[in-house]
Amino acid sequence: MSYFGDIYKGIKTLLTGMSVTGKYFLTSRKGAITQQYPDNKETLKMFERFRGEVVMPHDENNEHRCTGCQKCELACPNGSIEIIWDRQIDPESGKKKKMIDKHIYHLGMCTMCGLCIEACPTDAIVWAQNFENSVYDRSYLTKVLNQPNSKLKAGVED
Amino acid sequence: MDTTIANSNFKSEEYFINMGPQHPATHGVLRLLLTIDGEIIKKVEPDLGYIHRSIEKMCERDSYQQIVHLTDRMDYLSSHINNEAVCLTVENALQLEIPDRVKVIRTIIGELTRIASHTLWWGVMGMDVGALTTYFYGFRDREMINDIFEETCGARLTMNYNIPGGLMFDIHPNFVKRTKEFIAHFKTKLPEYDTLLTGNVIFQKRMKGVGVLTKEDAISFGASGPVGRGSGYSCDVRKYHPYSALDKVTFNEALKTEGDSFARYQVRIQEMWESMSIIEQLIDNIPEGDVQVATNAVIKLPKGEFYQKVETARGELGVYINSTGTKNPYRVKFRSPGFSNLSLLNHIAVGGKIGDLVASMATLDLVIPDIDR
Repeated sequence: MSYFGDIYKGIKTLLTGMSVTGKYFLTSRKGAITQQYPDNKETLKMFERFRGEVVMPHDENNEHRCTGCQKCELACPNGSIEIIWDRQIDPESGKKKKMIDKHIYHLGMCTMCGLCIEACPTDAIVWAQNFENSVYDRSYLTKVLNQPNSKLKAGVED
Repeated sequence: MDTTIANSNFKSEEYFINMGPQHPATHGVLRLLLTIDGEIIKKVEPDLGYIHRSIEKMCERDSYQQIVHLTDRMDYLSSHINNEAVCLTVENALQLEIPDRVKVIRTIIGELTRIASHTLWWGVMGMDVGALTTYFYGFRDREMINDIFEETCGARLTMNYNIPGGLMFDIHPNFVKRTKEFIAHFKTKLPEYDTLLTGNVIFQKRMKGVGVLTKEDAISFGASGPVGRGSGYSCDVRKYHPYSALDKVTFNEALKTEGDSFARYQVRIQEMWESMSIIEQLIDNIPEGDVQVATNAVIKLPKGEFYQKVETARGELGVYINSTGTKNPYRVKFRSPGFSNLSLLNHIAVGGKIGDLVASMATLDLVIPDIDR
């Protein structure tokens, strides 16, 4: 008796559960959280704080805000940032000043912890929201953040 | 004559079988060496080390700010609470006074993390015992929390939002609104979990009386979190050693005395209700103020030993820092909940069937990077 009773209870509770799934079967598009990703590329907007990759914004005069203080390099836990710098003559004051030659960023090693951007005193580096980082060779993931022939924006001091 | 020959040659013997390291029901790279007799389990030996990254050793190399992001990668489902544990240890050692705003935000995000972890657990546990539907329902509700995290912290899983001395930046203006929306949404969805799975007789027969752990064994194996509380061992760190803003809220500790898989299941479902209640008490009155206390760029802890424990979604996480007064710790040890909870797997699985082992493992809620570190 209890054998058949169990079967009856099993089917009954199964139908109770299926009432939930049945409800969503009929109203499936309402409240759906999935996105049609490659098709919605034009409208897809990431959150503004999303950590995609580190970039260095340049203005229209090809000027950036990096003074070469190396605080980001020190803050990075695994050496994803390397800064090559030397002392050049500042055209304004005529004195020798620390200038970056290359701000090298290894995206392949980066853990997106955000400590470099926290450490930057002049907001020279920021997060970009790009997340499509697949490339054919890993050497493409080593990037030089400052553009060629770019220079320090006047008036930026750390 | 035939039968006598068959009888003389017929003998049963125990044999080994590998479960994992890529078995879908082990949730990661955990290898279990099963000694089985037919389908009855005689012995379970976990073989660890497949995802060992020597996080504790890497901590000795890093500064105290840099340690925090490594703990994201231990128990990745409660990454915010892991970060909080390290930050609390460093802050206690430096005797920093943390603003109330930071404490409240940390607690809210911590409880959101707990709900996110438990919804994922509910989904994959249902999948383990044969109900694939739960997987999608669990992930549907978790997605809303992940969106909240992504908007405020910038990441969905490895958040690294805490820093020693506070938070990296203030919460997003939408945070309060979205959290309230989620609570209102989840209050209608959590009863569906019960309708869908908890009341199901087939599911209950898979769970009840399976993997029974007594209270004495739970204590002696060092079980914590929902595993200990399912056996009647009252061990909620939030209750006994409140940290952040948890001393300002009232909540009940979910406790069951049966000790079987179903009790552990019910404890986690109950914990989701309690977490929602904690968030509701705090979300409307987040105090104004700073989100950071100024610390030195190079943090040096005083000489000595420091310990802090927190309640992650899986149990008690302890952080031990031994400092010699330099900018790097001399030794860091994490007491992870998953390791202790795994140690009792042999005890509760012996004598049962292989299918029961999968059900017990699902309710232990193991996260392998937390065990291996």
